[in-house]
Amino acid sequence: MIDLQLLVLLLTPLFGGGLLAVFGSRRWAAELNSLMSFCTFLAAVALTVRVIDFGPQVVFNEQFFIDQFNVFLVALTAFVAFTTSLFSRPYMRIEQHHGKLSTQMLHLYYSMYQLFTFTMLLALTANNMGIIWVAMEAATLTTVLLVSLYRTPASLEAAWKYFILCGVGIALALFGTILLYFAAERVLGEGGTALLWTHLNQVKGDLEPTVLKLAFVFLLVGYGTKIGLVPLHSWLPDAHAEGPTPVSAVLSGLLLNVALCAVMRSKVLVDGSLGTHFAGNLMMGFGLLSVVVAALFLSRQKDIKRMFAYSSIEHMGLITFAFGMGGPVATFAGMLHMTVHSLTKSAIFFAVGHAVQKSGTQVMENIRGMLQISPTVGWGLMLGTLAILGMPPFGVFASEFLIITTAMHDHPWATPILLIALGIAFAAIFGKVQPIVFGETTARPLPHPPALIPVFAHLLLVLILGLYMPPYLANWYRQAAALLG
Amino acid sequence: MSIPFTTQTINLLASILLLIAFAMLSQRRILSLINLFAWQGLVLSVSTFVVAYSTAQRHLYYSAALTLLLKVLVLPWLLHRLIRKLNVKWDVETLINIPATMLVGIALVIFAFNLAAPISQLSESITRGLIGIALASVLLSLLMMITRRKAISQVVAFLSLENGLFFAATSATQGMPLVVELGIALDVLVATFIFGIFFFQIRETFDSLDITHMEKLKDD
Repeated sequence: MIDLQLLVLLLTPLFGGGLLAVFGSRRWAAELNSLMSFCTFLAAVALTVRVIDFGPQVVFNEQFFIDQFNVFLVALTAFVAFTTSLFSRPYMRIEQHHGKLSTQMLHLYYSMYQLFTFTMLLALTANNMGIIWVAMEAATLTTVLLVSLYRTPASLEAAWKYFILCGVGIALALFGTILLYFAAERVLGEGGTALLWTHLNQVKGDLEPTVLKLAFVFLLVGYGTKIGLVPLHSWLPDAHAEGPTPVSAVLSGLLLNVALCAVMRSKVLVDGSLGTHFAGNLMMGFGLLSVVVAALFLSRQKDIKRMFAYSSIEHMGLITFAFGMGGPVATFAGMLHMTVHSLTKSAIFFAVGHAVQKSGTQVMENIRGMLQISPTVGWGLMLGTLAILGMPPFGVFASEFLIITTAMHDHPWATPILLIALGIAFAAIFGKVQPIVFGETTARPLPHPPALIPVFAHLLLVLILGLYMPPYLANWYRQAAALLG
Repeated sequence: MSIPFTTQTINLLASILLLIAFAMLSQRRILSLINLFAWQGLVLSVSTFVVAYSTAQRHLYYSAALTLLLKVLVLPWLLHRLIRKLNVKWDVETLINIPATMLVGIALVIFAFNLAAPISQLSESITRGLIGIALASVLLSLLMMITRRKAISQVVAFLSLENGLFFAATSATQGMPLVVELGIALDVLVATFIFGIFFFQIRETFDSLDITHMEKLKDD
């Protein structure tokens, strides 16, 4: 039964990519895109229910492995991919109406969107560390042409940077994977099983510590480039600012999480082999540096999408820091933060996308008075900003609160650094978004009604998670946290 | 104790691989750079073949054949086609300070050998000393990516980086599982196609393949 669900989950976006490669320039391509994403989401829900009821499972000759941790990311990925496809339907039509995109480019966008979803789901569910690598690289390949979709000089530059930096990063991750295989081969013997995570997890105590230490450094630096950890982040703001907004939303909300999932898989193995806190310390260091540097860069931004890209770096740093601390509470908080960050950040990008379309620019000084022209876009942007800045009662507050209290207990020295960085981020973002929402307008109405249901659906979920955590969900996160240790 | 013939052959091939990496670092003509890349692929393929022969691993024969097909025939052919279409076949790149770059390269090789020393000691396979060489050629390719200013040379550096990684996989271990190797090969092939698309887009937009035009996005 579970193999069927997994098959549907993986084949729907793959098939959708093929279908849209053929029909991508039809008038109903956007609807087809949403339909395929919706089917993927249904399969993800079925898979999730199954895994939570029956526990971790391996399928298809042990090539795929699903436990509470990755199924949580599968559900999140499928959900945000679905709502983003709903948002991109009117958004892309407006872009086409404004003459920024041709039908041919939309064709490329739709088929690549589905293939991108496929590569992310493959990276999440694969059991083979080598296949995870292949899927991560494929995720870069499917998005790189989307970043340069507008064919402006700036977007080409952003895409080239994204391609080269992530290509080099991911190459280093491959070297880490090779070292991991080298260590595993000595224990598990030659052949296909030595890269399977479930097998590695069973023998992690016997793996050679010196090799695994080096392997983890390469894996963290490699996949860390994708997560956007400072100092490997420089592709991220460019790619987010210059690509179409739906792509920014899925890059920020989903791809970064998937890369972090690969790092967590490696961390479990390294922790088991070394028996020390080496991997955790490394992650805490990178995480803290990302939070601080991103917070400092926030106030200097002029471009609205660039600013929220830096905010993503900050939050991914916070999540990496939480996972680095380890322990049930911090890991739980890290996963909760992953969820609420994905939902909030994609909601913000949806609202920002329409705000930019209305004012015709991404420069914040020229976007004014969103409440006057469109109260829904204005309120969506304001509430999303308050949520991402960690204001109660939104869910981000709950997870940040948990992370900071754990840090106070385990690593008191880090707490003031975190609090100051979060304070700087608050001042920078709020000070810039406030005049965008209030103030006198210069904007123009749009040719198609904007899609705002996804914005408020996401924010509602984040609000609910902040006020009340359903026991079912809490139990699920707790089980996943126990798996990660 | 005499060293078996196959081990000597592999060591020889590994040193040729490293020499080619240095040659690429200092090569200014784009056409020669691509030819060097093809030679590197050939050396890689032969060394994989020798490892396959000496360890009697069937899947290594496949991966040697795959390397031969992809890195000696298909990718250089694609690159040749690209530079012909883009009309940059005889382009010469101005490289600043080749001797300094070479010195940095030597330092990187020493660093790589040091880094790999504890791992090489653990290895029981016939190719134990080669992890250092593999890591060194990976780092040399990275250095090449940093020093180059033309989009095509950066891509050749990227592909030769992948060669170094592949060499690491066959020398440190007995090659990755076949399914992973196929996946990697597919990714590299698709990446080359996308790079090709990019070259045309870049030239259309900037009238040149010089990536110095693409340093506008900065945080000020």
